[in-house]
Amino acid sequence: MRRTRENPEVHAGSMADIAFLLLIFFLVTTTIQTDVGLDRKLPPDVEDHINIHERNILRISLNRNDELMVENEVLTIGQLKLVAMKFLDNGGESVNERYCDYCQGNRNPTSSDNPQEAIISFSSDRSASYGMYVRVQDELAKSYHELRNREAQRLFGQDYVDMEKRYYAPETSDEVKRELKSRIESVREMFPMNISEAELNVSSKNQTP
Amino acid sequence: MSTFKSHKRSNPSISTASLPDIVFMLLFFFMTVTTISNKTMLVENELPMASSVNQLDKKDRVIEIYVGAPKDDLAKRLGTEPRIQLNDKIAQVGDVGPYVLEELSKKPEAIRNLVTISLKIDKDVKVGVVSDIKEQLQKVNALKVNYTTYQGGDPLP
Repeated sequence: MRRTRENPEVHAGSMADIAFLLLIFFLVTTTIQTDVGLDRKLPPDVEDHINIHERNILRISLNRNDELMVENEVLTIGQLKLVAMKFLDNGGESVNERYCDYCQGNRNPTSSDNPQEAIISFSSDRSASYGMYVRVQDELAKSYHELRNREAQRLFGQDYVDMEKRYYAPETSDEVKRELKSRIESVREMFPMNISEAELNVSSKNQTP
Repeated sequence: MSTFKSHKRSNPSISTASLPDIVFMLLFFFMTVTTISNKTMLVENELPMASSVNQLDKKDRVIEIYVGAPKDDLAKRLGTEPRIQLNDKIAQVGDVGPYVLEELSKKPEAIRNLVTISLKIDKDVKVGVVSDIKEQLQKVNALKVNYTTYQGGDPLP
């Protein structure tokens, strides 16, 4: 038996097909995981009582049919952002050091004193759907972002959301980060995010089993 | 002139020798950028949409909790009520606290207080389950949570 001496050439024409097959397999099987969401900080597990004036609380409740009620008024989800912004930006306190000089609201004395003291209380029925719950949280976050953007534009000439994005970007240098951090914190102080999900009404707390 | 004409008439074939290289490059690109989830999902997990979202932290600083109705093949045994999935098991609400503590103890000490709990909850789950989980997290003092969502505009009402 005599073997052929000549080198048999490997046919590389089908290589591309094989690679495409692999590529398509990977594209189909991998699921790109979502890594975005709404960050919240839960309150620590301690019972403490603080006295807050009723005018500084915006009560939002969600019932079992996913209907929204804000301060005894039924609203749609689309209206929520403006109502929340109006409440936060009110600046009702007219004298002394708690006067809010950057607020552009109506200065209504029956609404919040200043953004530092304004608290949004969000209570949800146990049977409400989580999708709606997240939408309400999202709308509230949007109203804070919009107000913070406004102040950041006024003070630093750029959007708050952009500043945050640049701060978390890995390519930003440390020096820039330090400057951004102080700016972000100063804007956050102007409109601190006070969203409470605790039971604020003592009488209703007794009713729940 | 004649050489130019003959040159034009000849049919040069495009070399496809480098095509495999290009495709392999694409393949490796996709292999490196996609994260393969090695978890088998036991529950439905259609996340809600939100638009003003934050980016989650690095993967090693995140503990995930899935909630949703059991998948079709499990629904016969478990019913259609929402269940909690921790790692690869269906769990009760009371197991959330110990699970988070156990996962925390696996992390290096330096990043323990930076760990975020990512709540991957189906949008049809009732809020009651979610607040039970949050209560459990408060008890073990894991207070950084992230309601994980898809990024997008408002879905039509």
